Amino acid sequence: MERVAMNGDQAIALAWKQINPDVVAAYPITPQTIIVEAFSEYVADGLVDTEYVCAESEHSAMSMCIGASAAGARTATATASAGLAFMWEMLYIASGMRLPIIMAVANRALSGPINIHCDHSDAMGARDSGWIQIFGENVQEAYDNAIMAFRIAEHMDIRLPTMTCLDGFIITHSLERFEPILDDEVKKFVGEFRYKRSLLDVKNPTTFGPFDWTDYYFEHKYQQVDAMRHVIPIVKQVQEEYAKISGRKYDIIEPYRMEDADYAVIAMGSTAGTLKEIVDELRSEGKKVGSIKLRLFRPFPSKELADILEGLKGVGVMDRAISMGATGPLFPEVRSALYERKERPNVKNYIYGLGGRDIRPEEIKHVYKQLIYDEGETVNFLGVRI
Amino acid sequence: MAGEKAGELPEGGMILEAGSSRKYLTGDWRSKRPVCDESKCTNCLLCWIYCPDNSVIVKDGKRVGFKLTHCKGCGICANQCPVKCIKMVEEGV
Repeated sequence: MERVAMNGDQAIALAWKQINPDVVAAYPITPQTIIVEAFSEYVADGLVDTEYVCAESEHSAMSMCIGASAAGARTATATASAGLAFMWEMLYIASGMRLPIIMAVANRALSGPINIHCDHSDAMGARDSGWIQIFGENVQEAYDNAIMAFRIAEHMDIRLPTMTCLDGFIITHSLERFEPILDDEVKKFVGEFRYKRSLLDVKNPTTFGPFDWTDYYFEHKYQQVDAMRHVIPIVKQVQEEYAKISGRKYDIIEPYRMEDADYAVIAMGSTAGTLKEIVDELRSEGKKVGSIKLRLFRPFPSKELADILEGLKGVGVMDRAISMGATGPLFPEVRSALYERKERPNVKNYIYGLGGRDIRPEEIKHVYKQLIYDEGETVNFLGVRI
Repeated sequence: MAGEKAGELPEGGMILEAGSSRKYLTGDWRSKRPVCDESKCTNCLLCWIYCPDNSVIVKDGKRVGFKLTHCKGCGICANQCPVKCIKMVEEGV
């Protein structure tokens, strides 16, 4: 299909228009607002037959999505920041009930002080809620992830809710050229929604979300753990199938110029793009550096990541969030992934970009310099006035 | 305690059949059990009316016993009994 110019939010609304979900229930919140605004226009114009519900809050929006999905409807929503935090209770219910709801998260800082710009604190806060989390680098990926997410969540071996994350404002509001795929191809790719049991099936009455005491709860949690184990191979398979119709091949982890690299920096979201620019520049100066874009954060691809990092001299982990009193949330996962390997690189953590603070090329060069000369602390802060 | 393994259960805590609460034996977690002094009972059936677990067995208009599989030992029967013929005794004593 021809290239079009849209921002990330509009691109997600377009993907949903092509998919035509049965139910979208959402509450608008910056920087996600454009997704539900644009999508509600598609509904009003009759371009989709989705039941669109403008909820009174995000907690209600997710509650409605849970009801809709349990009833057997293909369901999507979108949120950001405090909205995601307000859904917190319902996120666990959606995943615990194994409902394949799709949610776009326009990553934004959490109050306080109040801030509307990008960081990953919201998604990291939902890290343990049992949702699959996929991060996109640009508008193209925001669009592609939005389509692939339905196939992943709805896979009969998974049945877990999935969030597709895109950096607030940086991707949600920046106009980029990207290439959508044709409506028919999207429809064919996602297929018909299938449910395991439906609340509306009167011939097979089913109780959803009952009280689960000491005698069953642990087993149901283990079922979720088990479903997460299926995610990585299925995501890879869906990405391969998507490559056939789109020409764009994604992976859960995408190394850039890592073939003979001694040093690497890892990032999720839009910063992964900036990293590539810097890698090219440093490579032209003869430095053996590469970068890694992490697309799948939950489940965390520990083995796959350790395979790439083992034997390197230094690794910088870029965290656009911080766990107060500890480190960035990505850092311990990366270090832990390497623990059992023989040749462990020196791993340093870089906290950056909180509340939308720009990450500058000089700062990323500084990270590579610190890795090469083994300078800096275990946890470092980029761009904050200390 | 139920014996099913994680892989044997319907996913997400779904219950696939109706009327399954009968299988849920609330009597399992009782610490006190009702015992009736039959010589004092007038069969007024207030215990039957008030029992929240349908655990008072009535036959031909007379109270004939307690269904201990579902009696959770709340003691409402003993509390409501106008002639104080029901006593709650320690389970296992």
